[in-house]
Amino acid sequence: MALIDLANPTRFLAFARAAIPIAGVLAAGLLAVGIYLAFFVAPEDYQQGATVRILYIHVPSAWLGMACYVVMTLSALGTLVWKHPLADVSQKAAAPIGAAFTLLCLVTGALWGRPMWGTYWVWDARLTSTLVLLLIYLGLIALWRTVEDPGRAGRAAAVLTLVGAVNIPIIKFSVDWWNTLHQPTSVIRLGGPTIHSSILTPLLIMAIGATALFVALHLSAMRNEILRRRVRTLRILAAQRGATA
Amino acid sequence: MIDLGPHALFIQLAWAAAGLVTLGLIAWVMIDYRSQRRQLAALEQAANARRRPAAPTPAVLEGAGVP
Repeated sequence: MALIDLANPTRFLAFARAAIPIAGVLAAGLLAVGIYLAFFVAPEDYQQGATVRILYIHVPSAWLGMACYVVMTLSALGTLVWKHPLADVSQKAAAPIGAAFTLLCLVTGALWGRPMWGTYWVWDARLTSTLVLLLIYLGLIALWRTVEDPGRAGRAAAVLTLVGAVNIPIIKFSVDWWNTLHQPTSVIRLGGPTIHSSILTPLLIMAIGATALFVALHLSAMRNEILRRRVRTLRILAAQRGATA
Repeated sequence: MIDLGPHALFIQLAWAAAGLVTLGLIAWVMIDYRSQRRQLAALEQAANARRRPAAPTPAVLEGAGVP
Protein backbone atom coordinates (compact mmCIF):
# COMPACT_ATOMS: atom_id res chain seq x y z
CA MET A 1 0.00 0.00 0.00
CA ALA A 2 1.46 3.38 -1.03
CA LEU A 3 1.54 6.21 1.53
CA ILE A 4 -0.81 8.29 -0.64
CA ASP A 5 -3.48 5.54 -0.33
CA LEU A 6 -3.62 6.25 3.40
CA ALA A 7 -4.85 9.78 2.62
CA ASN A 8 -8.28 8.19 2.34
CA PRO A 9 -9.60 7.95 5.94
CA THR A 10 -11.53 4.74 5.22
CA ARG A 11 -8.36 3.06 3.88
CA PHE A 12 -6.43 4.42 6.85
CA LEU A 13 -8.97 2.91 9.26
CA ALA A 14 -8.56 -0.50 7.56
CA PHE A 15 -4.76 -0.15 7.78
CA ALA A 16 -4.95 0.89 11.46
CA ARG A 17 -7.23 -2.07 12.27
CA ALA A 18 -4.49 -4.42 11.01
CA ALA A 19 -1.44 -2.52 12.26
CA ILE A 20 -2.50 -1.64 15.84
CA PRO A 21 -2.57 -5.25 17.17
CA ILE A 22 0.78 -6.03 15.49
CA ALA A 23 2.46 -2.96 17.02
CA GLY A 24 0.79 -3.66 20.37
CA VAL A 25 1.97 -7.28 20.53
CA LEU A 26 5.48 -6.25 19.41
CA ALA A 27 5.58 -3.56 22.12
CA ALA A 28 4.36 -5.93 24.85
CA GLY A 29 6.91 -8.61 23.87
CA LEU A 30 9.89 -6.26 23.59
CA LEU A 31 9.06 -4.36 26.79
CA ALA A 32 8.67 -7.65 28.71
CA VAL A 33 12.10 -8.83 27.49
CA GLY A 34 13.60 -5.38 28.17
CA ILE A 35 12.23 -5.27 31.75
CA TYR A 36 13.57 -8.79 32.42
CA LEU A 37 17.03 -7.85 31.11
CA ALA A 38 17.00 -4.52 32.97
CA PHE A 39 16.26 -6.08 36.37
CA PHE A 40 17.71 -9.60 36.22
CA VAL A 41 20.56 -9.60 33.67
CA ALA A 42 22.06 -6.10 33.32
CA PRO A 43 24.69 -5.27 35.94
CA GLU A 44 24.64 -2.29 38.28
CA ASP A 45 26.70 0.69 37.20
CA TYR A 46 30.12 0.95 38.87
CA GLN A 47 29.37 4.53 40.00
CA GLN A 48 25.58 4.85 40.09
CA GLY A 49 24.76 1.41 41.49
CA ALA A 50 21.18 0.18 41.04
CA THR A 51 19.86 3.65 40.12
CA VAL A 52 21.10 2.93 36.59
CA ARG A 53 17.86 0.91 36.21
CA ILE A 54 16.02 4.25 35.88
CA LEU A 55 18.00 4.70 32.63
CA TYR A 56 15.87 2.02 30.91
CA ILE A 57 12.73 4.16 31.18
CA HIS A 58 14.23 7.65 31.31
CA VAL A 59 16.14 7.46 27.99
CA PRO A 60 13.33 5.86 25.88
CA SER A 61 10.82 8.39 27.23
CA ALA A 62 13.23 11.25 26.41
CA TRP A 63 13.80 9.91 22.87
CA LEU A 64 10.07 9.44 22.29
CA GLY A 65 9.22 12.87 23.70
CA MET A 66 11.46 14.36 21.00
CA ALA A 67 10.64 11.82 18.24
CA CYS A 68 6.94 12.51 18.74
CA TYR A 69 7.59 16.21 18.15
CA VAL A 70 9.51 15.36 14.96
CA VAL A 71 6.44 13.37 13.79
CA MET A 72 4.28 16.41 14.60
CA THR A 73 6.65 18.71 12.68
CA LEU A 74 6.46 16.48 9.58
CA SER A 75 2.67 16.38 9.99
CA ALA A 76 2.62 20.19 10.27
CA LEU A 77 4.46 20.37 6.92
CA GLY A 78 1.90 17.90 5.56
CA THR A 79 -0.90 20.23 6.67
CA LEU A 80 0.59 23.50 5.41
CA VAL A 81 2.54 22.41 2.30
CA TRP A 82 0.90 19.26 0.92
CA LYS A 83 -2.56 19.72 2.53
CA HIS A 84 -2.66 16.01 3.31
CA PRO A 85 -6.10 15.22 4.78
CA LEU A 86 -4.68 13.10 7.60
CA ALA A 87 -1.73 15.36 8.48
CA ASP A 88 -3.50 17.45 11.12
CA VAL A 89 -5.22 14.30 12.42
CA SER A 90 -1.74 12.81 12.94
CA GLN A 91 -0.49 15.99 14.56
CA LYS A 92 -3.42 16.33 16.96
CA ALA A 93 -3.29 12.64 17.90
CA ALA A 94 0.45 12.73 18.64
CA ALA A 95 0.45 15.74 21.01
CA PRO A 96 -0.96 14.11 24.20
CA ILE A 97 1.30 11.06 23.69
CA GLY A 98 4.37 13.27 23.27
CA ALA A 99 3.37 15.32 26.33
CA ALA A 100 3.00 12.12 28.40
CA PHE A 101 6.43 10.79 27.37
CA THR A 102 8.07 14.19 28.00
CA LEU A 103 6.43 14.41 31.45
CA LEU A 104 7.66 10.86 32.19
CA CYS A 105 11.18 11.87 31.10
CA LEU A 106 11.14 14.85 33.50
CA VAL A 107 9.71 12.85 36.42
CA THR A 108 12.12 9.90 36.02
CA GLY A 109 15.00 12.35 35.51
CA ALA A 110 14.12 14.13 38.77
CA LEU A 111 13.90 10.79 40.61
CA TRP A 112 17.29 9.82 39.19
CA GLY A 113 18.82 13.25 39.87
CA ARG A 114 18.00 13.33 43.59
CA PRO A 115 20.23 10.39 44.61
CA MET A 116 22.94 11.08 41.97
CA TRP A 117 23.13 14.90 41.82
CA GLY A 118 21.67 15.66 45.24
CA THR A 119 18.76 17.60 43.71
CA TYR A 120 15.51 16.89 41.86
CA TRP A 121 15.89 19.89 39.55
CA VAL A 122 18.44 22.40 38.26
CA TRP A 123 17.80 25.07 35.66
CA ASP A 124 20.43 23.70 33.28
CA ALA A 125 20.09 23.76 29.51
CA ARG A 126 18.98 20.12 28.98
CA LEU A 127 16.37 20.11 31.75
CA THR A 128 15.03 23.56 30.94
CA SER A 129 14.72 22.89 27.17
CA THR A 130 12.88 19.63 27.93
CA LEU A 131 10.49 21.53 30.23
CA VAL A 132 9.96 24.01 27.37
CA LEU A 133 9.07 21.03 25.11
CA LEU A 134 6.41 19.93 27.61
CA LEU A 135 5.01 23.48 27.73
CA ILE A 136 4.87 23.58 23.90
CA TYR A 137 2.94 20.29 23.89
CA LEU A 138 0.48 21.64 26.47
CA GLY A 139 0.11 24.89 24.49
CA LEU A 140 -0.69 22.95 21.32
CA ILE A 141 -3.27 20.78 23.11
CA ALA A 142 -4.88 23.96 24.51
CA LEU A 143 -4.91 25.53 21.03
CA TRP A 144 -6.78 22.55 19.54
CA ARG A 145 -9.32 22.76 22.35
CA THR A 146 -9.80 26.50 21.86
CA VAL A 147 -10.55 26.55 18.11
CA GLU A 148 -13.73 24.61 17.29
CA ASP A 149 -13.22 24.09 13.54
CA PRO A 150 -10.66 21.24 13.13
CA GLY A 151 -9.33 22.66 9.83
CA ARG A 152 -8.59 26.12 11.27
CA ALA A 153 -7.21 24.62 14.49
CA GLY A 154 -4.97 22.30 12.45
CA ARG A 155 -3.46 25.17 10.43
CA ALA A 156 -2.86 27.34 13.53
CA ALA A 157 -1.32 24.39 15.40
CA ALA A 158 0.86 23.55 12.38
CA VAL A 159 2.39 27.05 12.40
CA LEU A 160 3.01 26.88 16.18
CA THR A 161 4.48 23.36 15.82
CA LEU A 162 6.96 24.55 13.16
CA VAL A 163 8.01 27.48 15.38
CA GLY A 164 8.49 25.11 18.34
CA ALA A 165 10.59 22.69 16.25
CA VAL A 166 13.62 24.91 16.88
CA ASN A 167 13.63 23.50 20.43
CA ILE A 168 14.43 19.93 19.29
CA PRO A 169 18.06 20.55 18.20
CA ILE A 170 18.45 22.75 21.30
CA ILE A 171 17.49 19.79 23.52
CA LYS A 172 19.70 17.38 21.56
CA PHE A 173 22.84 19.56 21.51
CA SER A 174 22.32 21.44 24.81
CA VAL A 175 24.80 19.14 26.58
CA ASP A 176 27.43 19.96 23.92
CA TRP A 177 26.78 23.69 23.56
CA TRP A 178 26.54 24.57 27.26
CA ASN A 179 28.14 23.41 30.48
CA THR A 180 25.34 21.34 32.03
CA LEU A 181 24.90 19.08 35.04
CA HIS A 182 23.26 16.54 32.73
CA GLN A 183 25.73 14.00 31.32
CA PRO A 184 26.83 14.38 27.66
CA THR A 185 25.44 12.23 24.83
CA SER A 186 26.37 8.59 25.43
CA VAL A 187 24.40 6.54 22.86
CA ILE A 188 23.85 8.39 19.56
CA ARG A 189 27.25 10.05 19.04
CA LEU A 190 29.91 10.15 16.32
CA GLY A 191 32.49 8.03 18.17
CA GLY A 192 29.92 5.32 18.99
CA PRO A 193 28.14 4.61 22.29
CA THR A 194 30.10 5.00 25.54
CA ILE A 195 27.83 2.53 27.37
CA HIS A 196 28.89 -1.11 27.82
CA SER A 197 26.88 -3.61 25.77
CA SER A 198 25.53 -5.29 28.95
CA ILE A 199 23.60 -2.07 29.69
CA LEU A 200 23.21 -0.83 26.10
CA THR A 201 21.40 -3.98 24.83
CA PRO A 202 18.49 -3.82 27.34
CA LEU A 203 18.31 -0.07 26.76
CA LEU A 204 17.93 -0.51 22.99
CA ILE A 205 15.32 -3.27 23.45
CA MET A 206 13.33 -1.01 25.80
CA ALA A 207 13.66 1.87 23.30
CA ILE A 208 12.41 -0.25 20.36
CA GLY A 209 9.57 -1.61 22.53
CA ALA A 210 8.58 1.91 23.59
CA THR A 211 8.68 3.01 19.92
CA ALA A 212 6.32 0.14 18.99
CA LEU A 213 4.05 1.25 21.84
CA PHE A 214 4.12 4.80 20.47
CA VAL A 215 3.16 3.52 16.98
CA ALA A 216 0.22 1.55 18.42
CA LEU A 217 -0.94 4.52 20.53
CA HIS A 218 -0.53 7.03 17.70
CA LEU A 219 -2.47 4.92 15.19
CA SER A 220 -5.20 4.34 17.82
CA ALA A 221 -5.43 8.05 18.63
CA MET A 222 -5.56 8.90 14.89
CA ARG A 223 -8.41 6.39 14.42
CA ASN A 224 -10.26 7.98 17.35
CA GLU A 225 -9.77 11.46 15.88
CA ILE A 226 -11.19 10.37 12.50
CA LEU A 227 -14.24 8.92 14.28
CA ARG A 228 -14.56 12.14 16.34
CA ARG A 229 -14.67 14.19 13.12
CA ARG A 230 -17.32 11.87 11.65
CA VAL A 231 -19.40 12.35 14.81
CA ARG A 232 -18.98 16.13 14.49
CA THR A 233 -20.02 16.09 10.82
CA LEU A 234 -23.11 13.96 11.54
CA ARG A 235 -24.09 16.30 14.42
CA ILE A 236 -23.80 19.36 12.16
CA LEU A 237 -25.88 17.64 9.44
CA ALA A 238 -28.52 16.63 12.00
CA ALA A 239 -28.63 20.20 13.36
CA GLN A 240 -28.97 21.63 9.81
CA ARG A 241 -31.80 19.21 9.03
CA GLY A 242 -33.48 20.17 12.31
CA ALA A 243 -33.18 23.88 11.43
CA THR A 244 -34.69 23.50 7.92
CA ALA A 245 -37.50 21.11 8.99
CA MET B 1 13.31 -10.06 45.30
CA ILE B 2 16.10 -8.16 43.54
CA ASP B 3 18.16 -5.87 45.77
CA LEU B 4 17.80 -2.26 44.58
CA GLY B 5 20.23 -0.83 47.11
CA PRO B 6 19.87 2.28 49.27
CA HIS B 7 17.99 4.23 46.56
CA ALA B 8 15.30 1.58 46.01
CA LEU B 9 12.45 4.04 46.61
CA PHE B 10 13.60 6.33 43.76
CA ILE B 11 13.87 3.37 41.35
CA GLN B 12 10.46 2.00 42.37
CA LEU B 13 8.81 5.43 42.05
CA ALA B 14 10.35 5.96 38.58
CA TRP B 15 9.13 2.58 37.31
CA ALA B 16 5.72 3.12 38.93
CA ALA B 17 5.45 6.45 37.08
CA ALA B 18 6.35 4.70 33.82
CA GLY B 19 3.68 2.03 34.43
CA LEU B 20 1.09 4.66 35.34
CA VAL B 21 1.76 6.79 32.24
CA THR B 22 1.76 3.74 29.93
CA LEU B 23 -1.47 2.30 31.35
CA GLY B 24 -3.02 5.78 31.37
CA LEU B 25 -2.28 6.26 27.65
CA ILE B 26 -3.64 2.80 26.77
CA ALA B 27 -6.80 3.44 28.84
CA TRP B 28 -7.22 6.89 27.22
CA VAL B 29 -7.19 5.55 23.62
CA MET B 30 -9.45 2.59 24.48
CA ILE B 31 -12.07 4.63 26.39
CA ASP B 32 -12.03 7.35 23.70
CA TYR B 33 -12.47 4.70 20.94
CA ARG B 34 -15.50 3.17 22.69
CA SER B 35 -17.01 6.61 23.30
CA GLN B 36 -16.63 7.68 19.65
CA ARG B 37 -18.02 4.35 18.36
CA ARG B 38 -21.03 4.66 20.68
CA GLN B 39 -21.76 8.24 19.58
CA LEU B 40 -21.31 7.34 15.91
CA ALA B 41 -23.69 4.36 16.21
CA ALA B 42 -26.34 6.51 17.95
CA LEU B 43 -26.13 9.24 15.29
CA GLU B 44 -26.27 6.75 12.42
CA GLN B 45 -29.28 5.05 14.01
CA ALA B 46 -31.03 8.40 14.36
CA ALA B 47 -30.23 9.28 10.73
CA ASN B 48 -31.58 5.92 9.51
CA ALA B 49 -34.76 6.40 11.55
CA ARG B 50 -35.31 9.81 9.90
CA ARG B 51 -34.78 8.36 6.41
CA ARG B 52 -37.36 5.57 6.98
CA PRO B 53 -40.91 6.75 6.02
CA ALA B 54 -43.15 6.97 9.08
CA ALA B 55 -45.97 4.38 9.23
CA PRO B 56 -49.35 6.08 8.64
CA THR B 57 -51.38 6.53 11.82
CA PRO B 58 -55.11 5.42 11.92
CA ALA B 59 -56.23 9.07 11.92
CA VAL B 60 -54.32 9.74 8.68
CA LEU B 61 -55.71 6.59 7.08
CA GLU B 62 -59.30 7.60 7.97
CA GLY B 63 -58.77 11.07 6.53
CA ALA B 64 -57.54 9.55 3.29
CA GLY B 65 -60.72 7.44 3.02
CA VAL B 66 -58.97 4.19 3.69
CA PRO B 67 -61.31 1.73 5.41
